[in-house]
Amino acid sequence: MSKTILQVRDLCIDFILEDRTIEAVKGATFDLAAGETLAIVGESGSGKSVTALALTRLLPVPPAEIKRGEILFDGADVMKMTASQLRKLRGGKIAYIFQEPSTSLNPVYTVRSQIAEAVRLHRPDVTDVDAEVVRWLDAVGIVDAAKRMHDYPHQLSGGMQQRVMIAMALACQPDILVADEPTTALDVTIQAQIMDLLSSLKERFGMAVILITHNFGIVSGFASRVLVMYRGKIVEQGPTAEILRAPKHAYTRALIDCIPQLDSKDKRLKTIDHAALDAA
Amino acid sequence: MITTAPEPVETAPATPGGRAWRRFRADKVGVAALVMVAILAVIALVFFVLDRLGIPFPMDPDATNLERKLLPPNSVNWLGTDNLGRDVFSRILNGTYISLTVGFVAVFVSLFIGVVVGAVSGYFGKWVDNVIMRAVDALMCFPTFFLILTAVALLGPSIFNIIFVIGLVSWTGTARLVRAEFLTLRESSYVQAARALGQRGWKIIFCHILPNAAAPILVTAVLGVPEAILAEAGLSFLGFGVQPPQATWGNIIADGKTYILDAWWLILFPGLAILLAALSFYLTGDALRQAVETRSERQ
Amino acid sequence: MTTFVVRRLLLSLVLLFFISVISFFIVTLTPGSPYPWGELNPKVSEEVKRVFREKFHLDRPLHEQYAFIMRDLFTGNLRSIKDERPVLEKIAERLPATLVLNLGALALSLSFGLMLGVYGARHAGRAPDVITSIAAFIFIALPGFWVSYLVAIALVNWAAVPILGTHTIGVAFANGAQVFLDRWWHVMMPASILAIGGIAVQSRFIRASMIETLREDYIRTARAKGLDENTVFFRHALRNSIRPLITGIGMLLPALIGGAVIIENIFAYPGMGRLGYEAVLERDYPTLVALNFVTAALVLLGNLLADLLYAVVDPRVRLE
Repeated sequence: MSKTILQVRDLCIDFILEDRTIEAVKGATFDLAAGETLAIVGESGSGKSVTALALTRLLPVPPAEIKRGEILFDGADVMKMTASQLRKLRGGKIAYIFQEPSTSLNPVYTVRSQIAEAVRLHRPDVTDVDAEVVRWLDAVGIVDAAKRMHDYPHQLSGGMQQRVMIAMALACQPDILVADEPTTALDVTIQAQIMDLLSSLKERFGMAVILITHNFGIVSGFASRVLVMYRGKIVEQGPTAEILRAPKHAYTRALIDCIPQLDSKDKRLKTIDHAALDAA
Repeated sequence: MITTAPEPVETAPATPGGRAWRRFRADKVGVAALVMVAILAVIALVFFVLDRLGIPFPMDPDATNLERKLLPPNSVNWLGTDNLGRDVFSRILNGTYISLTVGFVAVFVSLFIGVVVGAVSGYFGKWVDNVIMRAVDALMCFPTFFLILTAVALLGPSIFNIIFVIGLVSWTGTARLVRAEFLTLRESSYVQAARALGQRGWKIIFCHILPNAAAPILVTAVLGVPEAILAEAGLSFLGFGVQPPQATWGNIIADGKTYILDAWWLILFPGLAILLAALSFYLTGDALRQAVETRSERQ
Repeated sequence: MTTFVVRRLLLSLVLLFFISVISFFIVTLTPGSPYPWGELNPKVSEEVKRVFREKFHLDRPLHEQYAFIMRDLFTGNLRSIKDERPVLEKIAERLPATLVLNLGALALSLSFGLMLGVYGARHAGRAPDVITSIAAFIFIALPGFWVSYLVAIALVNWAAVPILGTHTIGVAFANGAQVFLDRWWHVMMPASILAIGGIAVQSRFIRASMIETLREDYIRTARAKGLDENTVFFRHALRNSIRPLITGIGMLLPALIGGAVIIENIFAYPGMGRLGYEAVLERDYPTLVALNFVTAALVLLGNLLADLLYAVVDPRVRLE
């Protein structure tokens, strides 16, 4: 039984807008063990991205406000961390990749300089930074890495940009990789490649992965545990196989039903009936 | 455990105009500036009316009194007198009327030209658009004040000419705005829907496209007034503005040029008036711009 | 890159053509009577008027007049009504002084505008930002001639400092360093006042640009990487926010050259602005046409250089 590296208890996050307040996350509680893969599934607005960003306090305050809750990383209370402790946490222990790789990389700096920046920050002991950059670009499957690293982000395809993001995140050797909808903005074929890449990297380097997605389809075969979020609350959590086999909550059932089946006889794709769910 | 969302303090108004107004109201600086603009407008209007009726207030701005010339601010002449004994305060109040008139009407002229040119350019597109936009680019290369000065000097410095020339030189910003609005909306689905329903070109322009552009056009208009006021003041200062004995802020300063070392009040007060007027319009315009910006980036 | 440059040059030529047409139309503004001495002046004989009209081709149709004026302008034959000297010569005399003044004002506007804008964005919403914002608005609203006058009074009255012209009379007797400083002072005075509005306008644009850049995704990535706020701000956000500096060149140049007319007048600075003012007084319309044309052409050149600068700063443009 590997040790628990992340503990989230009763996390409540509000967004204070000019005319109203939105409760984005209501009492989220879950654990993450070292090397484990956890998927957080839900539709847009369910609070999954907000939860993930909150782990390193990356949410803009204001308008966000963490009303209450505890986030313990390796025993340390994230809410009480100083600015410099947070900076070591971000990227060094918990690294992120985001949904839109084309806008998540700085357009005026080369790939090399952006990855090197991260390496120099979190791994000051590395002497040959360039070699390290090449090594990681290779690891994520970028051909001709030594040449490609001098490219600018806009010169790369969407799939390659995401690989660069992954390389940049992993080059700091984090304990947890948070992947926020990593394949949503990509072509379906590229989606599969990226998910395969993430799987093999996980095997190779052993970091824990939190995968955030609205697509239950990519969850099975990748994540060992699943968290289902609906309107800010965790409505169900457990081992993936179990949830897929016997979902307890109506929403989970609806989500699973939405996965298009090749052999289905239905003429229409299923959608989710929110009104019925809210009433339940 | 909270099960219901807390009641919002105020329900948001339904229309974009209503929301913008609420945001504007919340900006204290903007509101103060708008109040100042209103005050200036009232002063201008009052003077206009009094002028028509032949009643001087508080003193006749044209009444010369050589025994009281070049007096510093005192109890009778709150801001002093000029070289002909005229009361500076009255002349400044009188100048308000000129400046605001030039400001508003010149902006109106430039708006009119800008909207027409921008609409034609955006609606027809292709080479018409290309040619017009190159002409606009070329016009924007001209140092505006010098162009205005040249034109006014050659045409003759009447208030009509000044307004016309300033308007003729300042429409480029509006034209670009309107054109951009037309280009984006021309192909938008709801304009296509309107066309499919058989609406004629004119109606589409006026009922659909222009209302969308109204807000930024209004902002440009408000921000254009101080430009016109400053241009007019500059012209008057050089002697090419509205001619004496009519008082304008610029020519009070111009008259004061010769007495600069003895009568600082002739330079200071009219300048403050110009500054105050321009500042009020700029602040109002900026607050307005922030209020109408469709902050889609906001949350 | 070369296609970009070539395209831009061709565009500039087209714009130059339009500029020449607009400049020409100034001539047509003189309603019926371009004579500097007035239509009905009895002292001037019909013969003199006829010669004048012929000389300036005033009886020909408009497009021919345009051709004549342009030909004369470019061959240096366009002559001032006032003193018969070729207009281009007169302009060339004043050009260096004007360039120094306006480029100085431009440099001041861009550099101080950048600093103030960045400062305001760094502390957005808090007291330092509010103060600099209000100050910026006041500066934009200040009438240039008014400030010049007040400054002139103050300096002459209280500090006995010479401000007119390009140098103090008698400075030739001083040593090299003093001459240089003297000239520097005589340019910096009017340039600074000219730049006041420019600094304020630039700072607003830079501030807005930085605040908008800070909302971009790659800023979130930079923070997620663990970078400290200063690095995020100055290394990641700043370089993406300086576009307004370059568009500012295009915007500021016409305003600066235009504003220089009055300022050069007050400080008796012998630049094109002063020439322009004198030409306006005399209704010397060949000079006026040429001046408007030349100044607009200079702005056009500035814009062209600015566009080329874009390519240097933004790799996305460069590699098109």
